[in-house]
Amino acid sequence: MHSLHDRTPWLALIVIGAGIVLTLFPVWIAFTASTLPPQAIARGDLLLPGAEGAATYRTILFEGARTSRMAAPPVSGLLWNSLIMALVIAAGKIAISVISAYAVVFFSFPGRMLAFWTIFITLMLPVEVRIVPTYQVVAGLGMLNTYAGLTVPLIASATATLLFRQFFLTIPDELVEAAKVDGAGPMRFFLDTVLPLSRTNIAALFVILFIYGWNQYLWPLLITTRADMDTIVIGITKMIGAGDALTDWNLVMATTVLAILPPALVVLAMQRQFVKGLVDTEK
Amino acid sequence: MRRKVIFRNRWLPYLLLAPQLGVTLVFFIWPSLQAVWQSFLREDMFGLSSTFVWFDNYRVVLADPGYMAAVRRTAVFSVAVALAALMPALLLAVMVDRMLKGVAFWRTILVLPYAIAPAVAGVLFLFMFNPSVGVVARMLTAAGVDWNPRLDGTDAMILVVLAAAWKQISYNFLFFLAGLQAIPKSLLEAAAIDGAGGWTRFRTIVLPLLSPVTFFLVTVNVVYAFFDTFGVIHAVTQGGPAKATEILVYKAWYDGIIATDFGRSAAQSVILMIVVIALTAVQFRYIDRRVQY
Repeated sequence: MHSLHDRTPWLALIVIGAGIVLTLFPVWIAFTASTLPPQAIARGDLLLPGAEGAATYRTILFEGARTSRMAAPPVSGLLWNSLIMALVIAAGKIAISVISAYAVVFFSFPGRMLAFWTIFITLMLPVEVRIVPTYQVVAGLGMLNTYAGLTVPLIASATATLLFRQFFLTIPDELVEAAKVDGAGPMRFFLDTVLPLSRTNIAALFVILFIYGWNQYLWPLLITTRADMDTIVIGITKMIGAGDALTDWNLVMATTVLAILPPALVVLAMQRQFVKGLVDTEK
Repeated sequence: MRRKVIFRNRWLPYLLLAPQLGVTLVFFIWPSLQAVWQSFLREDMFGLSSTFVWFDNYRVVLADPGYMAAVRRTAVFSVAVALAALMPALLLAVMVDRMLKGVAFWRTILVLPYAIAPAVAGVLFLFMFNPSVGVVARMLTAAGVDWNPRLDGTDAMILVVLAAAWKQISYNFLFFLAGLQAIPKSLLEAAAIDGAGGWTRFRTIVLPLLSPVTFFLVTVNVVYAFFDTFGVIHAVTQGGPAKATEILVYKAWYDGIIATDFGRSAAQSVILMIVVIALTAVQFRYIDRRVQY
């Protein structure tokens, strides 16, 4: 007879160990490269960190990478742009989705289904399938190279609206009736009952949407032409240039580490909400 | 599905919907209609006037050997990314599921790449596989492999597939693990008592019960490979060398924004739109079935 856990799972430990190494190795190498002098990187001595880290990070954060081969703006500004973009997109998507789901679930009005399907259809229209006309609309509205242009066009969210709608449908009728008996109007009920009940859903969505906003690529590439409006992810690829041996990899990798850190910290700090958000948004 | 108890208000629901519908109409619906409209137009060489040409742009795009090569390339790329992201994820999930302790800890580390942007994953791999300074590239060269993704199209394709898949493994792993942990342990124990070994249990019980999750993940991974890997391509190879890694989304962007051939880019966009609609429909069919269960 076989049992399910009959011996020390050596095979499992080996496979998981290999998985951990494959997961962390690229990030570890980026970190060590960011602390090493360029000569060490050229020699390929990358396994252990060096002592140049503080100087390298100070340089790219506050002065920018200004070498003979590139002139990148200070990374602190790029981090700020990414932070604004991620926060505004996450907060904006949550805010407009929670109120539109509330309208669709708690009211009956002409055009209700039309509104619902109009929101739903955005699932099928990612930026990637309408690149040029979307750029033209944003340009026509004078929103190129602005924070509004970076964020507002992305804050419609079918996923978040569907998630809140599903949750609102589970709120018991008795709660609504009780509120009505107490003379509470729809906005009072929304603020006093529905929003507090939605806390865990909002937190879970926030993690996913923060990462979504931070990691945007095609959108900021289209909307910004000024280097000081770049996000950090765009900033990195601009620093690489041709990606040859002449690239200042210590500077590029320091920027890469800084680009990974904020979303990684959000995932680590909000692990439970992250897993819930990931599973919920795919329903 | 509707609620029984609702509020009555003539204008409030419209007010609540206004921001979402406004953004949707201006930045989603209108540009999409524009894409369809532009796909039927051709601009003169100065971009001053345009004429309605019916399906000419589609005919030109579909007759272009360059476009059909990009279609085949995208198919190869998507299948490779999906396989390279799904297989290791399933293996890891099965192993973590076998652990009695520390599941949350292993999961925490293994899902980290989800937080990393596709373009950043691309940069990490570009560095590791750089022929002159890359750690892995040095090992390959030492092992006698002639590795140079900047000159060799196949090497470049392998590089972008690895980078794109590495980032996606974490996502697949999380869903496989959730699927595995939802399988009743009593079922597996009963099979074990009947003398079924580990591999037999996996093949006859676990895999069939995982098939809905697997099907769902296949569509998610294909969508990811088609649309979300633009950053990987743009950061790592710019579609090169000699277009060896130019996938459809990258080509639509390049033809529209860099080469400013709006009509042909729009025709490509509309073709991609049909792909997304088909994939989304497949995904929702699956979800419908899951709701019925």
